Formats: sequence, C-alpha cells, structure tokens
Amino acid sequence: MPTLTFIEHSGTTHEVHGEVGQSVMQAATFAMLPGIQGDCGGACSCATCHAYVDEAWVERFPPAEGTEVDMLDNVTERRANSRLSCQLVIAEGMDGLLIRLPASQY
Amino acid sequence: MALNSVVIVGAGQGGFQVAASLRQEGYQGNITLIGDEPGLPYQRPPLSKAYLLGKISATALLFRPEDFYTQQNIELVHDQAVAVDRNNRQVRLASGRSVDYDHLVLAMGAHNRPLAVPGAEAQGVFGIKTKADADALAPLVKEARNVVVVGAGFVGLEFAAVAAANGATVHVLELGDRPMARAVSREMSELFRCAHEGWGVHFDFRQGIGHILTEGGKVCGVETVEGKRLLADLVVYGIGVIPNLQLALEAGLDIDNGITVDSTLLTSDPHISSLGDVAVFPCIHNDQKLLRLESVQNAVDQGRAIAARLVGKPAPYTALPWFWTDQGTLKLQIAGLSNGCDSTVMLGAPESNQLSVLCFRQDQLVAVESCNRPGDHMAARKILARPPRLTPAEAAAPGFELKVWEAANRD
Repeated sequence: MPTLTFIEHSGTTHEVHGEVGQSVMQAATFAMLPGIQGDCGGACSCATCHAYVDEAWVERFPPAEGTEVDMLDNVTERRANSRLSCQLVIAEGMDGLLIRLPASQY
Repeated sequence: MALNSVVIVGAGQGGFQVAASLRQEGYQGNITLIGDEPGLPYQRPPLSKAYLLGKISATALLFRPEDFYTQQNIELVHDQAVAVDRNNRQVRLASGRSVDYDHLVLAMGAHNRPLAVPGAEAQGVFGIKTKADADALAPLVKEARNVVVVGAGFVGLEFAAVAAANGATVHVLELGDRPMARAVSREMSELFRCAHEGWGVHFDFRQGIGHILTEGGKVCGVETVEGKRLLADLVVYGIGVIPNLQLALEAGLDIDNGITVDSTLLTSDPHISSLGDVAVFPCIHNDQKLLRLESVQNAVDQGRAIAARLVGKPAPYTALPWFWTDQGTLKLQIAGLSNGCDSTVMLGAPESNQLSVLCFRQDQLVAVESCNRPGDHMAARKILARPPRLTPAEAAAPGFELKVWEAANRD
C-alpha cells in the first residue's frame, strides 16, 4: 500500500495511505485531508481537488488532457505542475508520492 | 448549550457531508447517521451513467470506505426514521429504537415521481434513484434492443446516451417541446437534441405516455396519450422527484414544497436543520426567494454550512449553485440560476458541440451553461460568485473569451 505525502499550503505535512487504482483525490478525502474537496466525486466536473504534483513525480502520470486542461485554466494559482487529483490514478511503485496543496480550492 | 449528540436522518450526499464536515471541523460529540438503504453511503450521479456503463465500480461509488466510519466515530445506522419527538428531542426508528439528539439534521432527500400509468408495475420499467435500481437495470441495458425513456431531463438523457451507446434503439418521450427545458436555454437544448439524434436517439416531444404494454407481466411496448405505439423491452423514466417530507410534516415543521429553512439552514425548530433536495431555503442568487435545489453542489455546500454553524461558526448560506450532467461525449456544466433570463450571448462552436450560453437578466449575468467548455464553467463560477458582473455588451464583443475576462477581473 503506497504511502503518499501531502503538504498543505501552511506547511503541515500529512502521510496518507493510498491504494493502487485509487485516485489521489480519493486517498486524500478518505484520509479527511483538509484542502482537497472532490465535490463532484471524481467526475472532473468541479475542480475542487486541485493539487501540485512534486516535479520529481510529474512524469509518472499521463499528462492532463481535454476537460482537465481546460478546467485547470481558471483554478486559483495555477502552476506548471497543477493537476486535478481526481484524474491521478495511484499505480505500483508510487510509494513516497509527494503532493502539495494550494491555498484554496476557490 | 453544549452539543453532544448530532443525529442525521438521511445518508445521501447531504447527510454524509454534515457528518464528515463535523469531524473535519473538530466536533467530538456523537454523530448518528441514519440511512434506510443497505451498505455504505454512496454517490448517486454515476448511477445513470458511469456506473451503469461499468466504467466505475461499486467501491468507487462509496463516499468513504467502511473503516472511515469507525475511525471517525460516526455511527452508521441502517434503519428508517419514523417519527421525531421534538419535545423530548428523540428520533424513533422503524426497528423500535429511539435516538436522542441535541441537534437533528433532516437530509431525507427525494424520491422519484412515479410513472402513474397503467402497466407501470410491469417487469422492465425502471426509475433510477438508488444503487439497487442501477444494479437491477445494468444487466438489462446490455440486452435491451428497444428502449423507451420517459422524460428528457438530466437523468433520462444520461440514460438515453448509455442505452444508445449499447446499441439499442432509443425513443425519448417528453411532454415539453425540447430537452432539459426546465434547466437550460433553447440554444443549449438544441445542441443536445442534435447530439442525441446523432447517436441514434429519437425524440417525441409534446408526447405523454398513455400506458405500458405488457406481455406475461413484462414490458413489450408503450402507447402514447395520442395512441402512438413504440416497441420496448425496457422503459426508464425520469420525470422529476418529490421531496421526502412525511417525517417533517408529522413533526409539525414549517413546509413549503420542502422543509422551510432560514438563511442559516435552520428549520422552524431551532434544534433541527435541513438541507439538500428536501429543503427550501432563501437563495441570494434567486432574489432571496425560497428555492429547492436538487444537486450535489447544494447538498455538499449546505452540509458544510450546517457543520460550521454547529461548531459555532454561523454564516448565511450564499454558495453559488452549479450543476453538471455527462451525456455521451457531452459534459454540460451550469453555473448560476437562469430564472428570468431575458437575453443570451453564445460563445464557442455549437457545430462541434462546444458552446457556452451566457444568460443575462436585465443586463446582469445570472448563469452560464457550458457544453464541453469546462474552462468557461470554471471562469463563470468565479465571476458569478462576486462582483464585478459581466455585461452583455462586453460578452458580445468579437474575440471575447470568458476565461480571459475572469483572469483580468480578479480582485
């Protein structure tokens, strides 16, 4: 079971257990992490699961496409490594995945 | 008054959210979440689309896995609330058990408006509300050759797209003159009509269902009010929902097409809150008029607001309503309420199914409907949530882009 590290905007760090096949958003919400909401349940409809994937991990995920790219355009504080975490599926070998959270989802 | 016991009736999106948000807010008292369906609380939107298509599993439907409830000390009770004793602050359950509350949250949601025509009890006639409905329907969808959908709202059309993708001949009967007439502009209806027709869906507008034809207890067709007959081995209806009000009615709470709540989502009893599909609330995006909304956003945001109030952070509920539906390759997202819209501006390329309809009322932007333009939807949610408001003249200018305007007009 991979362990994921989330760093809140305030600097608070959380270690969260994820499961292969689960999305990063689900791993975060299952662990009651503040800062990730996932209101639409993973339908890529709400953009309340915005997160920054640590540069060392960016290429481990297929690049954002279509709806996700377009939704990201207007998130607050978009960066090159911005993703909607409902679209990031946890795979084998992702133990230690590092995700940073934005100041706000709105 | 110390709050030691919160009881939530209804374990759907809103009820679940109250429980989760209470813990996130640091509330340490008892939480009892009462749901009358088996299993763990789950999301309903995928039932009529992704789940039915087998794209997501039963596990992925769950809001949280089972150990979440133990870890967070949320008592999940599979039972039905049958009475509220407001004097003694007790909820009585069908099993005979009574649960005491300091605060009660009514989140019973709504049930499908039944298809009240002869033959509706036949095998092969479905509404889609619960996971059990979807589980019973899923194997039949794969086999169905002729499908009749009653009602061209979100659920009916989501299902029509699924059935068409499975290769069935699909007819949609709709009393109105266009798809999703209650929810979207004519322009957007037109795009969806064309797209569905492109997938092989046939629309019969201004047509009510007269009765269901059966053979050996199973559906074999439908006859419209006007006498037109359609073959059907499967009938799915989505003709609106009715809020589950009986508990609140019998408890003597104020009701007006829903449980009436104030701007902080309190009912006429200060020890009882209500939210989601079952509640009517004064909406700042609706001129403070009472509104009952059937949406995930509404249930989630109201759940958060109630939890925040219960831990001592009361605030009027002001969240911007937004909605979505996924139909085939189309994602429709709506921000705001288009009631009373008197002019529209269209952006995008409807011929390639990319369209945003900006809805104005007295030159004020009140809603934006976006099909396959999620960036517009995101920008619209920000624009509508706070001033300054966009004017129709600005939006109609050549080369106007909503995303660019939003980025340029942030605080």
